Amino acid sequence: MLHFLKNIKIEINNLLSRKARSFLTVLGIVIGVAGVIIIISLGAGAQELVLGQITKLGTNIIGIIPGKTNENGPPAMVFGIQIKTLVMDDVNTLRNKDRVPHIEEISPFVSGNVTVVSGKESIDTKFTAVEGSYPKIQTVDIESGTFFTEEEGRSGANVIVLGYDVRELLFPNGGELGSVVKLQSSGDNKTSVPFRVIGVQKKMGTVAFQNQDDQVFIPFIVGQRQILGINHIQFIRIKVDDPSNIKTTITDVEQILRENHRITNPENDDFSVEDLADAIKILTNITDGLRMFLGLMAGISLVVGGIGIMNIMLVTVSERTREIGLRKALGATSHQIRNQFLIEAIVLTGIGGIIGIIVGILISYLISIGAQYAGYDWTFIISPMAIILAVFVSSLTGIIFGLFPALKAAKLNPIEALRYE
Amino acid sequence: MLIQLKNITKEYDNSGMAVTKVLRGVSLNVEEGEFLAIMGPSGSGKSTLMHIIGFLDRATDGTYLFAGEDIKNFNDNELALIRNEKIGFVFQSFNLLARTTVLDNVILPLTYSKKKNHIELATEALKAVGLENRLNFLSNQISGGQKQRVAIARALVCDPKVIFADEPTGNLDSKSGATVMNILDRLHSEGRTVILVTHDRFVAEHAHRIITIKDGMIISDEENLNQRKSEIMEEDY
Repeated sequence: MLHFLKNIKIEINNLLSRKARSFLTVLGIVIGVAGVIIIISLGAGAQELVLGQITKLGTNIIGIIPGKTNENGPPAMVFGIQIKTLVMDDVNTLRNKDRVPHIEEISPFVSGNVTVVSGKESIDTKFTAVEGSYPKIQTVDIESGTFFTEEEGRSGANVIVLGYDVRELLFPNGGELGSVVKLQSSGDNKTSVPFRVIGVQKKMGTVAFQNQDDQVFIPFIVGQRQILGINHIQFIRIKVDDPSNIKTTITDVEQILRENHRITNPENDDFSVEDLADAIKILTNITDGLRMFLGLMAGISLVVGGIGIMNIMLVTVSERTREIGLRKALGATSHQIRNQFLIEAIVLTGIGGIIGIIVGILISYLISIGAQYAGYDWTFIISPMAIILAVFVSSLTGIIFGLFPALKAAKLNPIEALRYE
Repeated sequence: MLIQLKNITKEYDNSGMAVTKVLRGVSLNVEEGEFLAIMGPSGSGKSTLMHIIGFLDRATDGTYLFAGEDIKNFNDNELALIRNEKIGFVFQSFNLLARTTVLDNVILPLTYSKKKNHIELATEALKAVGLENRLNFLSNQISGGQKQRVAIARALVCDPKVIFADEPTGNLDSKSGATVMNILDRLHSEGRTVILVTHDRFVAEHAHRIITIKDGMIISDEENLNQRKSEIMEEDY
């Protein structure tokens, strides 16, 4: 052991005497390791960002949209075409606990663009009309005031909850609670409806890629009838009591809606029922593709680092072979030569690996800070597997290209090694 | 008898195309304490002969007894031990580790030995060649003559029986060369066996015995009764 420590000390002196070479080798490993850690961290962070948008909605959520989704693509509604097949009667039937026992809450949705006017100030934003049960389906953090109750929602009271950004623009000096604002539909129906402000949402950021702060909430019936002047529903969202009951509930909902709509053949469905698991699956597929692509780039970064290490090792092979010849001439055994080069490789790859891990984590962290600063809900993720893989591959390259020529040289006669060109 | 060579041959197989015979049956005895010069033109095989005697290379055929033992019976590790403890090498091109201090260059053989007190021993050896005030110079910061003296100190540091010097003055100016030869003279007078390879008659005449080799065979083996002594040049120390 003492001998081993002495060897390490000698070897560190040797490495210091070849600063440029040692530095470049370490740099190659640092690039490889840090590159992999950063790229994998970026991929994981991006995936988390995308999936987080969906899971923030809650995981026990089922959505019903009008029109059929099939292998030919999403329903026409997605492209802005109005489908009027979902109506309030459907929602009322689904409220029957005997027929769909696992529904905890249900709310119809309509939404559209409106201009909100307060005194001389006005702002174009989006309104979402829901029932009072909405906060039980999807998290709504209220900063001041309250969300409207189920009674207020059902009775069609003219009350409004403002998104954070809307409040900031209309009431920069506060005093919004109790104030009256007017909503003007941006469609053909140029009505102007007054609402009393009863609550303001906290800053929420984006959920499901929609800015939650740039919108207002009003009771469903008001939005449907008074603002939009329609009879149909654009969207129904259901909260199921337990994730294990999602599939059953989807089947139940589909059956009821077919009965209501007098559909016998599921091929002719005029609605689609989807749960978030499907959405997550689709998005996971996409983001997995992204991660694979990034993994490939990480692989390239490893190869680049590896080639760097290889080049440096091979460039110095003749110098090192002569050195090995000299050492053998002075009494070193092949065994001692092997140990020397092994220790050298371990020291270099060890230092490079540690610096690479630190640099990689640091840069990933800075990127996550930057992304958070830019307003993204970015998670800082470091994959231990990526670290292990990167360090393993870089070390292996260093050891193979550092040790292999040395072992070959150690087998030569001292004089052959000394004369190596 | 320290070294006994019987009918040593050395052949190089040039990738099966042709066989080059460098040594064609060399027999030679060297007593302990001799100062022997091996002379010959380039390509005569004198360096190859020295490499075989000095365990840097193995003969193709023939017998080599070192201190009475047949070196065929030694494995590579045992040969490494002999190179470390029993012999010291001085090369024409110095072969110092670049960018390494004079002291560390001399310590190098000690790291492969069982000896302790490396720094004291290396300093002692450097004192013997007059470089005690150059210990921490890097090997590329000193002159050629000084480099060769570092190499001699390195050859001396493990207290070997035999010093091999392969054209030790070949890359030096005559003044530095004289200093190096003077040190080799002194090492011999202290009781060490010195074997010198040179093509330079002037250098060879430092030895007590001169053998001449040509085309891989010894063509003359004569005692040199008028050893040349270098004038000691103190300022060089």
